[in-house]
Amino acid sequence: MVNLGFSIGDLHFKNPVLTASGTFGYGPEFDDFLDVSRLGGIVVKGTTLEPREGNLYPRMAETPSGMLNAVGLQNKGIDYFEKNIYPSISGYDTNIIVNINGSYVDDYVTLAERINTLDKIPAVELNISCPNVKMGGMAFGTNLDSAREVTRAVRAAYSKILIVKLSPNVTNIVDFAKVVEEEGADSISLINTILGMSIDVEKMRPALSTITGGLSGPAIKPVALRMVWQVAKAVKIPVIGMGGIMTTSDALEFLLAGASAVQIGTASFIDPQASIKILEGIEKYLIEKGFSEIKEIVGYINRTK
Amino acid sequence: MAKRIEDLKIIENKRLNNDFFVLELSANDKLPVFKPGQFVQVRVDGSPKTFLRRPISIHDVDYGRNTFKLLIQITGKGTKTLSKLSNGDFLNLIYPLGNSFGLPDKNEKILLVGGGCGVAPLLFLGKYLKSNGYVPDILFGFRNSERIIELEEYLEIGKVFLTTEDGSRGEKGYITSHSIFSNGTYDKIYCCGPDSMMRAIAGYCKKNNIACEVSLENLMACGIGACLCCIVDTVNGNLCTCIDGPVFNITELKW
Ligand SMILES: Cc1cc2nc3c(=O)[nH]c(=O)nc-3n(C[C@H](O)[C@H](O)[C@H](O)COP(=O)(O)OP(=O)(O)OC[C@H]3O[C@@H](n4cnc5c(N)ncnc54)[C@H](O)[C@@H]3O)c2cc1C
Ligand SMILES: Cc1cc2nc3c(=O)[nH]c(=O)nc-3n(C[C@H](O)[C@H](O)[C@H](O)COP(=O)(O)O)c2cc1C
Ligand code: FES
Repeated sequence: MVNLGFSIGDLHFKNPVLTASGTFGYGPEFDDFLDVSRLGGIVVKGTTLEPREGNLYPRMAETPSGMLNAVGLQNKGIDYFEKNIYPSISGYDTNIIVNINGSYVDDYVTLAERINTLDKIPAVELNISCPNVKMGGMAFGTNLDSAREVTRAVRAAYSKILIVKLSPNVTNIVDFAKVVEEEGADSISLINTILGMSIDVEKMRPALSTITGGLSGPAIKPVALRMVWQVAKAVKIPVIGMGGIMTTSDALEFLLAGASAVQIGTASFIDPQASIKILEGIEKYLIEKGFSEIKEIVGYINRTK
Repeated sequence: MAKRIEDLKIIENKRLNNDFFVLELSANDKLPVFKPGQFVQVRVDGSPKTFLRRPISIHDVDYGRNTFKLLIQITGKGTKTLSKLSNGDFLNLIYPLGNSFGLPDKNEKILLVGGGCGVAPLLFLGKYLKSNGYVPDILFGFRNSERIIELEEYLEIGKVFLTTEDGSRGEKGYITSHSIFSNGTYDKIYCCGPDSMMRAIAGYCKKNNIACEVSLENLMACGIGACLCCIVDTVNGNLCTCIDGPVFNITELKW
């Protein structure tokens, strides 16, 4: 038996495979395809204080080995989440993490306070990296002072595990990682989508209603891996890596680069069972390589000469 | 109804003309009961240019042989790749997905309207209506006579009317200008086709107080309600075409 478990602070995860926000609904969407409770955790859809309709259709465009999305945080708001969704998913035997979003620092703080009261939510993921909203979102994650301010404010208001999700749309991601670590984040997840664009040449207009959107999928994996590697070397807190992971081998690359865990995003659209297959693949790899704990391979390439 | 992901065997890939082909797929396990209007998400080949699955309607079902058919129009790279599959190849599908067309009220006079690949779900719907005692009229629009699909099976369901844009068969012009709309009086119209066509039919139905259901063809990523990419603006806010649709009553839509 191999030990796949890892911890962020005092929060234990049974394995390092989580699902990424906005790509796995709230979990029940996937019940027909897999046992959600087998996952290390699920990060549910980006949640805001008030209900949001998101951006206009079309909000998706397929691109080579990936897709652009401009969903824009469509969700029914925290009240609806608490009353209607939370009761229906709190039975999952896994760590349920809420991805929180706001236009102002106060929005993030209020949301974190609300979620602090929900027993079955042991952690929040602070999304300061959504490229698809006019206010807030990526604006917090692409300015060091704003990133510091929002992390500090949420840290003061929230006592459980705080994960901050970074944007790749910056010149030096390590600076952001260090700032949120300094402000008391328990973990860093990265990367969110990369700002991109696509044009329909037949119709001679942008493919997305918002013109630009967030690129995800295998197309971004090398960039994501590089950033995860840089950040993992620069901080002491656990790093959760994501961006274009489709296969076991993709996930292993992130772990070997220094991520303590991975999130599976767009892959779940292509294969709703991708997360579980990757989990099984990681276990098999560890056994074949003769390791007994996942920890032994985390950051392996940074330790060996 | 539980959704599944499965490799299905192609028992026949039949080319109808330059535009259309039909794949007949055979399942290992017993097929679930499909509802007309439901669709499948097809994994093309996982190549960089056809990264996402392609939504395709269920065209016809044969529970006896445990097979079903997809009628596919070649519109781009994914459908082109699918058209080249051979008998015996396997295709990975997530199915069955989406809601379904509703049954009309008793004795209602029904019209099915399809354009382009929108004819696909109407065979299954037509057979379903027939087995429930209805005799719908059917109206199809194609670009020209060379693109018309085989109509025998539709003729067994009801009367079939045609339009072609060049007048090479049936009435000339767009589907919405067919004389059936000035002569016929229908209680309910089911429609599937290009957006502009469905909007025109919906407009006609609203003006003439005819009940109407349309099957939307919004772009999709997941097909299972997880990504929120396929939304349609309705009187009840944004709904997902993949789980709340693809079939919508036009009274729900803000058309
Ligand atoms: C619920 C549903 C059911 C469908 N049923 C059928 C069916 O039974 N038979 C069938 O032939 N097609 C059907 N379609 C449309 C089909 O999914 C698209 O034609 C297909 O995805 C195009 O893939 P492609 O790779 O060939 O085209 P691409 O190379 O991706 O695109 C080529 C062209 O097709 C257009 N296109 C791409 N996706 C769609 C789409 N979803 N709807 C309309 N146009 C699109 C693009 O804008 C572009 O102009 C359905 C769509 C939906 C949402
Ligand atoms: C359709 C879609 C919706 C997303 N919604 C969110 C969101 O609400 N909050 C968030 O932090 N990230 C969101 N993301 C970003 C993913 O969580 C992930 O960071 C990104 O897609 C990169 O990983 P991937 O390439 O494995 O998908 C979304 C991504 C997609 C494709
Ligand atoms: S296609 Fe993903 S929600 Fe409909």
